[in-house]
Amino acid sequence: MSVQRTKHPMPQQPPKERIHNFREVPLGYEKEVAVAEAKRCLQCKNKPCMKGCPVEIDIPGFLHCITLGEFDKAAEVIRAKNNLPAISGRVCPYEDQCEGECTLKKAGEPVGIGRLERFIADYERTKGASVPKMPPRNGKRVAVVGSGPAGLTCAGDLAKMGYEVVVYEALHAPGGVLMYGIPEFRLPKAIVHSEVDYIKRLGVRVDYDMVVGKSVTVPELLKEYDAVFLGTGAGLPNWLNIPGENLDGVYSANEFLTRVNMMKAYDFPRHDTPVKIGRVVATFGAGNVAMDCARTALRLGAETSYILYRRTEAEMPARAEEIEHAKEEGVVFMLLTNPMRFIGTDKGILREVEFLKMKLGEPDESGRRRPVPIPGSEEKLQIDTALVAIGQSPNPLVPQSLPGLKLGKHGNIITDDEGRTSIPRVFAGGDIATGAATVILAMGAGKKAARAIDQYLMVKKEI
Amino acid sequence: MYEILEKKVLSANEKLMKIRAPLIARKAQPGQFVILRINEQGERIPLTIADFDREDGTITIIFLEVGKSTKQLGLLEVGDSLLNLAGPLGMPSEVKKYGTVVCIGGGVGIAPLYPIVREMKAVGNYVVSILGAKSKDLIILEEEISEYSDEFYITTDDGSKGTKGFVSDLLDQIILRKDKKIDLVMAIGPIIMMKVVSNLTKKYGIKTLVSLNPIMVDGTGMCGGCRVMIGGKTKFACVDGPEFDGHLVDYDNLMLRNQRFVGHEKDACRLLEEKA
Repeated sequence: MSVQRTKHPMPQQPPKERIHNFREVPLGYEKEVAVAEAKRCLQCKNKPCMKGCPVEIDIPGFLHCITLGEFDKAAEVIRAKNNLPAISGRVCPYEDQCEGECTLKKAGEPVGIGRLERFIADYERTKGASVPKMPPRNGKRVAVVGSGPAGLTCAGDLAKMGYEVVVYEALHAPGGVLMYGIPEFRLPKAIVHSEVDYIKRLGVRVDYDMVVGKSVTVPELLKEYDAVFLGTGAGLPNWLNIPGENLDGVYSANEFLTRVNMMKAYDFPRHDTPVKIGRVVATFGAGNVAMDCARTALRLGAETSYILYRRTEAEMPARAEEIEHAKEEGVVFMLLTNPMRFIGTDKGILREVEFLKMKLGEPDESGRRRPVPIPGSEEKLQIDTALVAIGQSPNPLVPQSLPGLKLGKHGNIITDDEGRTSIPRVFAGGDIATGAATVILAMGAGKKAARAIDQYLMVKKEI
Repeated sequence: MYEILEKKVLSANEKLMKIRAPLIARKAQPGQFVILRINEQGERIPLTIADFDREDGTITIIFLEVGKSTKQLGLLEVGDSLLNLAGPLGMPSEVKKYGTVVCIGGGVGIAPLYPIVREMKAVGNYVVSILGAKSKDLIILEEEISEYSDEFYITTDDGSKGTKGFVSDLLDQIILRKDKKIDLVMAIGPIIMMKVVSNLTKKYGIKTLVSLNPIMVDGTGMCGGCRVMIGGKTKFACVDGPEFDGHLVDYDNLMLRNQRFVGHEKDACRLLEEKA
């Protein structure tokens, strides 16, 4: 029997249409297509795909259920390991994970595992996800700081083990980067809310407006709770550190995306938070966040949306799919281009950026070829808005307020593989520990920490 | 939900609200601020804490109705609640015994000055307070602040109360009087006032702290919208401030950045008025 070499395509909004709205770009599989795609799975005995999954989903298991049309059962299989499938089914870099290990990849395209996870999560969501049978409460309480992917996963897993869990969120909405960072057209906020609702239905309480380190401190939480998990993310923008970065018109990616996503500035004046972009927008950086910025700018009405990146496409950290979507939508890539300074009007409003052209030299410590400036290649580009998307560092608010917590040189919390920090009963995971990474790695870290917390508290209980 | 327990109209467009917020009151210190939201469509509005009562579990905010959101806030009444209230945010004022401290409040900047005056006095400083405003109707918290001040002055631009002129003129006179060595000047008010005061004290080498009010979004150090230039370095007012060394602040950049959304603000205000 021969297997189709390519994935079943997933329909998506045409580029010309979608750059005028914030609706989701990929539209998901129909039932018949999902079943046909799942049937491509060879059900390998050694399950290589699972090695690539940070949250340990039984991938062949749920694919098999789909082939039988047993979608509820497929959902159960996924939920057994993954509390947030509708989210990971959209933003996971499958190509580097499960799909990267798929046997079919040797002779064509892997099984569309990500698309199928999304299909099942969406199927489940339309009929209301069922909560598993919960064990009785074990009398132990855990505080989770931050309601991003790490925190929600940790909270959900602990609740399923019988813990009483309270999540402390600094902002007025749940989800962390899922809410403020990732745009609506990539991850609809209604989906984030419904996944958070699922976590709440597991018995988790989420308290908003609680800025841990300010409203309440970790030592105070340790008095009330048996353990604390810190999942406060990489919410500290990195800057280019070039002249003119404080001009009116220069935003960090975080500010721009928070205004648009969480505060819904695209809906101004119905929503009160404004954003201003002008005609020409330049995004600096080439990761997923940079693609999000450049594509968001188009949807806000920018006539031209540039990406300026000092290396070439081969070195771009963004997912291939995101780069592809950005290109389809007309984002203009200016590669081997390094900004030197922002120039403003006499009123301090951004007017242009001066940059140097680069060429690739020898590989650096990251293994990528180092960009080297070409002397005398200065040029200027007229822009109205600059979006600085060159990465985030761990947010220092919680670490600063917890004396004795061991930090790395970038301000990240040092943990062991299971998320234990240098302070007893305090665990950490996600971007606060690793520096900015992916949603699924944060979820994986939340899961490991939940297990480590359980081990720690249960062993202690027996003593 | 954060219930409004008390509301006072202080002047034509200045209002005071006492709000139930026990967790914030428990932690609040002079110099810190809160971020509130009125409704689901609302902005995150940063406001300095004008007072707090740990026993009652309340905080007090005083605000000038300048834009749509503060105008909307002013429409809320006792018994209404705020949708969100987070805090206390930012670093507290460095309250300690300096010796002689001159506390200057301009306009709505008088409100956050009040708890600082009170605490500065409580730790044993000789406190000289100067309140300034355009006219007498805009001088607030006169009784409260004078109660904790060893010397107390008012200046108004139009001379309708106190000395006619600016706070900086009076400060200059006090400095020149030389009867007391001034160890610290604390100035909170319009950017231009803080700039003028800082320029003056720089001349005399008097340490000066100012409280900055840039546009903010999250208030937790995440977005950098509130970045200010301090001695040539970028700082975030929400987590590194809001108080900074007045002699190091790039006031011109702050003024400029605070104009970023003036057009939007006007549109929003117009729509609010049309609706009303």
